[in-house]
Amino acid sequence: MPEVHLIQPDGRRVTLDVPVGTSIMQAAVSAGVTGIVAECGGSCMCATCHVYADEAALGKLPPMLPTEHEMLECTASERRPNSRLSCQVKMSEELAGLSFTLPESQ
Amino acid sequence: MTDIAADVPVVDFDPFSDAFLTDPYDYHRQMRDAGPVVHIPRYGILAVARHAEVHAVLNDWQTFISSAGVGLANFRKEKPFRPPSLILEADPPQHTRSRTVLGRILSPKTVQQIRPHFQAEAEALIDRLLEKGTIDGVKELSEAYPLKVFPDAVGLTEEGRENLLAYGDMVFNAFGPNNQLLINAAKRVEPLTDWIMTNCQRRNLRPGGFGDQIYQAVESGELTEAEAPMLVRSFLSAGVDTTVNGIGNALWCLANHPDQWDKLHANPALARPAFEESLRFESSVQTFFRTASRDCELAGVPVRSDTKVLTFLASANRDPRHWENPDVFDIERRATGHMAFGSGIHGCVGQVVARLEGELILSTLARRVKRIEPLGPPVRRLNNTLRALASLPLKFHAA
Repeated sequence: MPEVHLIQPDGRRVTLDVPVGTSIMQAAVSAGVTGIVAECGGSCMCATCHVYADEAALGKLPPMLPTEHEMLECTASERRPNSRLSCQVKMSEELAGLSFTLPESQ
Repeated sequence: MTDIAADVPVVDFDPFSDAFLTDPYDYHRQMRDAGPVVHIPRYGILAVARHAEVHAVLNDWQTFISSAGVGLANFRKEKPFRPPSLILEADPPQHTRSRTVLGRILSPKTVQQIRPHFQAEAEALIDRLLEKGTIDGVKELSEAYPLKVFPDAVGLTEEGRENLLAYGDMVFNAFGPNNQLLINAAKRVEPLTDWIMTNCQRRNLRPGGFGDQIYQAVESGELTEAEAPMLVRSFLSAGVDTTVNGIGNALWCLANHPDQWDKLHANPALARPAFEESLRFESSVQTFFRTASRDCELAGVPVRSDTKVLTFLASANRDPRHWENPDVFDIERRATGHMAFGSGIHGCVGQVVARLEGELILSTLARRVKRIEPLGPPVRRLNNTLRALASLPLKFHAA
């Protein structure tokens, strides 16, 4: 099963095995990762599963729907060009080994 | 009817009967235990009642579509009773167009702006109720509050707002079969249909409100003239009866579980998780249908194109395969991942507003009320889709 790494704001690193097709958010919530709240459970409605994609991941992520683009305007931590909602990023073989950094707050 | 494989477990009860709707939980258990997918021959449909399969169906919008209707009727074969919703009963790309605009209007950012008004109204209402002491928790609280704050935010006239209750009741009954519940609800709503559509027009909506913002999206070219009133209609049909029952059910859960109420009273910051847990425990919206867009397989069961699949959201929320002690109401549980707002691209677009209303009512009650005393059993209002109360006699003891 491909892995991704989640990096906490303090630098701690959590590695998750994520089945292809499962969202990074779901995998993080199932593993009890703090820093991903995901109040809406993955409907792109709450902006509390915000992550920053690392450089290497940027070109490999699924394209952003307009709904995600809008919702990223509502994040608690600053929106950056590499901001994504992890509920909208489904795992693929391409993403294996890549990293996402969690924001200071959700 | 579409053919359904003979080896799919059959359940022979009617999920829209009075007995089922009055107390669904044992039926839910029977369906979950029968298998991941069950067959309900009475309606020629398949159903899923476990968390994993409910989640799977709702998150595969390409296979399990909404444009053929999210009720029992298949719009590919039957004429819908009203013009289909442009968001609920639509697939991408139409759904994405509508959702983008509604999602922006109902976003967490907006909610920060409406919060002070919603808060002030919650406090004023609960102060009035505390003076009375003995109340009907449904009429005077769980209906009164959403009927005030949400239409205010939409920008609707003050007059005739109670029509929204009858309209919501009819819309949610209409996702079921044409049984007596629907016939009665449709009769009540018939004289109100004009009022609903008239109030979806821009001239009747306060400038700057949610309704007016939809028309602003027409000006910016994101929506067409024809789409705007239809999306305002979505606010009116989906925005009231759902939160009315969300709040009513939460009130009943807390009145009926004094140990949980004591926790909330001691720590009003638990209001948000308490509302979330009530949504899981007594889900306002119990069910939605999807329709198979092609021959496919669901949890190993072959599904023919055009088969209606009924998802039991409320049953997923009590599935022991997913939850620990699912039949225990525990406001300190992490209830995230419940299906009460649906899941996937059709997950409730108004859920941020719904959570705001629930949180504010519960936190205000927690601060001002020491004890909620039930003065008798609640009276249910049966609805084909909603878990609803007709009345809930309560006494509030001031803190």
